Parts: sequence; C-alpha cells; structure tokens
Amino acid sequence: MASLRYESQVREPLVTGAKTYHDVTVDIVRPIEAAPSRLWKIGFTISVLLLMFGVYSVYREVVYGIGEWNLNKTIGWGWDITNFVWWVGIGHAGTLISAILLLFRQGWRTGVNRAAEAMTIFAVMCAGQFPIFHMGRVWMAFFVLPYPNSRGPLWVNFNSPLLWDVFAISTYFTVSLLFWYCGLLPDLATVRDRAKEKWRKNMYGVLAFGWTGSTKHWQRHEALSLVLAGLSTPLVLSVHTIVSFDFATSVIPGWHTTIFPPYFVAGAIFSGFAMVQTLLIITRKVLNLNDYITMEHIEVMNKVIVLTGSIVGIAYITELFISWYGQNPYEMAAFKNRYDLSTPYAWSYWLMMSCNVIAPQFFWFRKLRRNILFTFFMSIIVNVGMWFERFVIIVTSIYRDYLPSSWSTYYTPSLWEVGFYLGTFGLFFTCFFLFAKYFPVIAIAEIKHILKKNGESYKNTMGEEEKATVEHFKHEHAH
Amino acid sequence: MAKKKFVVGSFDDEKVLFPAVKKVRKAGYKIHDVYTPFPIHGLDQVMGLRDTSLHTAGFIYGITGTTTALTFMGWVFTKDWPLNIGGKPHFPLPAFIPITFELTVLFSAVGMVLTFCYLCQLAPFVKKHHFHARATDDLFVMVLECTSRTNEDEAKAFLESVGAKEINVQVAEDGWWLGRYAKEQKLYDTTTENSLA
Repeated sequence: MASLRYESQVREPLVTGAKTYHDVTVDIVRPIEAAPSRLWKIGFTISVLLLMFGVYSVYREVVYGIGEWNLNKTIGWGWDITNFVWWVGIGHAGTLISAILLLFRQGWRTGVNRAAEAMTIFAVMCAGQFPIFHMGRVWMAFFVLPYPNSRGPLWVNFNSPLLWDVFAISTYFTVSLLFWYCGLLPDLATVRDRAKEKWRKNMYGVLAFGWTGSTKHWQRHEALSLVLAGLSTPLVLSVHTIVSFDFATSVIPGWHTTIFPPYFVAGAIFSGFAMVQTLLIITRKVLNLNDYITMEHIEVMNKVIVLTGSIVGIAYITELFISWYGQNPYEMAAFKNRYDLSTPYAWSYWLMMSCNVIAPQFFWFRKLRRNILFTFFMSIIVNVGMWFERFVIIVTSIYRDYLPSSWSTYYTPSLWEVGFYLGTFGLFFTCFFLFAKYFPVIAIAEIKHILKKNGESYKNTMGEEEKATVEHFKHEHAH
Repeated sequence: MAKKKFVVGSFDDEKVLFPAVKKVRKAGYKIHDVYTPFPIHGLDQVMGLRDTSLHTAGFIYGITGTTTALTFMGWVFTKDWPLNIGGKPHFPLPAFIPITFELTVLFSAVGMVLTFCYLCQLAPFVKKHHFHARATDDLFVMVLECTSRTNEDEAKAFLESVGAKEINVQVAEDGWWLGRYAKEQKLYDTTTENSLA
C-alpha cells in the first residue's frame, strides 16, 4: 500500500524539518513542561499591571459615572465604541481561520488555528467590556436580557440593533469557546499522558475530560468540528454585520449606508489577520515553533491581508462616490468632514486611508510578504489603521450634527478612557500569556493529521506517487 | 462497573494498522477499540463502526432554536405586551431575523457539544483506563476484548503476526469512573513526587 495521503510536491511543506509524530508532541508541549522563561515573566507582569490600571479606570467610571470620560452631548460615542468595534473586528480572524478555512480544506490553517481561536475569544472578552460599562449603571446590565421581570414584564425591544448585538456577541463568544475547547480536548489529553508530576496529571486530567482517543470518539469529534465550522461560518459573517447594523440602521449621515455589512466584515478579517500576525510572529520566536508556523503560513496570511485591505479600500472609495452621486447635502457634508484637510478630523481619515489602503499594497511583492520584520511592522500599521477607521466612522459622523451651535469641535479622551482601553490590552495579553504557557498553542492532533501529507520529510516520497500510472493513482487517491 | 480482560497491541504506523484491523476482524476477534493520537479517516469504516448521527442531532437543536426565537418574540410583541414602536408592525419578521439566526446557531452548537460529551462520556473529573500512555502521542493502540472463547496466547501471537509491537494483557475497567487513577497504572512518576515531599 502506498502512502495514505497524497499532496502535490509543488506546494511548500507546512511542517519543516524531518519530524515524527513524537517530535511534534515534544516540540509543542515543551513550553508547557518547561519553567516559564524570563521573557514570559516580564511580559506577563506588564500585562497584569496594565490590567490593574484598566480595572482602576473602570472603577472610577463606575463610581463617578460616565462623566469620567470626555464624551459629550454631541459625541456620545467615542473611544469606548471605537474600541468595542475594533476588538470585535480582531476577534474575527480566529473563527474565520478555524471555520471557513476548514470548510475550504486549507491545510495551512492547522498551524495557526489554535492561537488564532484563542485570540478571538480573548478579543471578544475585551470587546464586551465597552458596551457594558458604557451603560453607566453597570449593575443593571442584566436588563438587556429578556427575562420575566417585575416591571410588567416589560420586555426588551427585539427590533433594536443594539439588542441584536447582545445576542450576536454572546452567541459568538459561546460558540467560539466551545469550538476552541473541543479542539483542545485531545491535545490536553496528550499533555496529561506525558505528565510526570501528580499535580500536572490531575490538572490536565480534569481539563481533558477523560479523552482517550477512541476511534468512535474521533469520528464524532470530526463530525462535531465539521458542523461547528459550518455553523460558525455564517455566524462570523453575521456578527460584524450586526455590529455594522448599530450604525447602518440609524439615520445619521455617514452611518446610514447599505454598504456597511460587507465593508465591516472585510475590515474585521483584515484587522484580525493583522493581529494574528503580530501574535504569531512573537509566539513562534519565543516558543521556538518556526517549524510549525513557517514562512509559508506568514505569506498566506499576508495575501489575505492584501486582499481584504483592498476590499476595504474599495468600500472607502464607494462610500465617497455614493455620497457625491446621491447628492444629499447632509451626506456630502459628512464626507467633507472626513476628507477635507481644513476640518479638524481630516488627519484621522487620511491616516486611516494610508494605513489600510495604501500600506498593504506593499504585500503584492513576494519579497515583502516573506519578510518577518516588515510583516510585523505592517501588522501594527494595519491595526492602527483599523482603529482609526472605527474612530473616523463614529466620531467624524457625529461631531458636527444638524445644529451648528452644538458642534463639538474637538474630542480628547480622558485619562480613564485611555486607561480602560489600555486595561483591555492588559486583559488580552494576560489571557494570551497564560494560554501560551499552559495550553498547546498549536493543534497537535491536527498537525499530526497533515504531517505525512504536508510535512517536509514526507513530501519527497510523493514523487513516487506521481510516477505511478493514472489508473493506479486514481485507485489510491481519487475521492 | 465491570472489569474485563483485554489483549493490547500497539502499532507505530497507520499503514500497518489498516490491514491489521482488517485481518483481526476477519479472524473473528472482537475489537474493543483502537486508540489513536489523531483522527484517521477511514479507520471507522474499516472497523465497521456505523456513521455518527451527531449531525442530525445538531439539525434538530438548530430548528428548536429557530422556533424558540420566533415564537418567543412573536408572543412578546403580539400577545404579552404589544408595544407600539414608531407605528411598526407587531410581528416584523425582517427585524426578527438576526436574533432568530443567532439562537439557531447557539442552540445547535451548545446542544451538539453537550450531546458529544454525553455520547463520548466526557466531563471534567471523569477517569478512564488508559491502555497505553503513548496512545495520545505517537502510537495506535488496538485493544481486543477477551471473550470466553478467546485464547490469550493465540490472540497475542496473532497481533504480533499482523505487525503489532508491545503486546500485553490488561485487566481493566470498561467504562468511566470518578476519583483516582488506579495506583498500579503508575501514570505519573512517583519517585519525583516523593523527592518533592
């Protein structure tokens, strides 16, 4: 019998180095079994400090009210909702990689999906903080849930996009978490079965839910992954669509646009992939995983970045064109407030344009796509740009409303507003550092699954398959 | 909670495993299970396992979510508290679509995961017998169940003839239990534990 799987030699290997199944286990579990490095401790401490500053900032806001932020009557949504949309957007890459790319049978997703999914979950956790604390009286946050209450019962408004958001974000978080954890079960069992110490055996024993690797269980696991991927695919598109409805269903010029859903989804994937690049370039270096997160992975993700960046660019230009083509004076004024350099916020619009539309075009060059430092730099640029996209959409559309006397010429965030944002970075990186230390950052079982097809050492054996006669090849490999 | 006797053989290559499973089945041995570190496509068919119906369960959970969302929102806005929101209809179907969709996905995903955990008997603190610690690392562990008609030595010899390594006989708990791992399994290094204490 020839090899069980066939993959053309033309494709680059997804796992470099001559690895056996055991090597894969050892390489990926090593950081979990080793003592935390100095770099990890420093990073973790900084993250926890940031988180604590964030907690204090939120404490100020809860005790003294929304007045602690520099929002005003005209600019009612500022940094908080900008940060919310930004984090939710970042949280889109993980599920896209794990769900859509699973359905498209993209083998390269196996190297990056675990970390990307973790990133998704942490990003959604950060995102959720902003609308909740923006409520002001946060202890009444549960009012958004439709439960039989003593006020009538007075129900929530199911027609409101803000309520759709509640359902969308909480569903997205739950489903992403379940998907991620189901994938983790077999790998946690691997860590458990290698454990030498009693506490490690017990801890991973609890986390692994008693996974044994039975064939029947694998069969169900595969079915579950496939259906969850199928469910997550429309889910990931729906979430940012619904977030965009927060704006699109209003009557504010600059927000009232039908292009928003696809434009937001493309932007979300764009910023999500940039964040994945930022995290994975550091992770592969620190945890020494260059054999699993290869240049090929980085290049492929850069291709996604240039594609989605260009989609976002087309959306920006379409918006401008339609505001002129529609000849609605209010709509035209809203866009003049963005692009006209004499207005107070034009700088943010042009910063957004250069970071999101112009900068990613460098990725048309293969040399630059395969340059680690440049990719890292670009991933930061893209995320700065995507933050400003949300800022531009939110603030420049509302800072000059219909009544010129209430125009708010400039909006500067207060220390506690910035602190809240920094605090979510603290939360995000605290979670990510813990994840990188205690969980397998790469899906071990999935890598083993593709090893004999896409691993470098097995790649060479495919030549023999290609020499075989058509009949033999068809017999062995056709579906 | 019944203990049974098993003949265990490990394989280090899936290419050897496939024909071995076929031969073992043909020879009439009862395969208890094959434990693998990653999903091996086609192994379930070779072992004669039937397809899972988890998809069907997922579909049923999904439509439960759809109907729950639609009937609940419809009941609230038409029967329980018909609120006039800007003169809009009381049953605005397009406006109900986002929540209906989200609940469909939520019910389906949560239901399927719970069903999966129930079927595979997976839960925190659940303990099961591990026939080989490397079954989650790099070995494919075939476990034959000894029935009253099984000759252990013959089964061991047969496993060896089809390419298995590290063949042994184990008496083990069939299902799951709560509590501790069996001491004699020596799943973790007791010497280091003592030295720490």
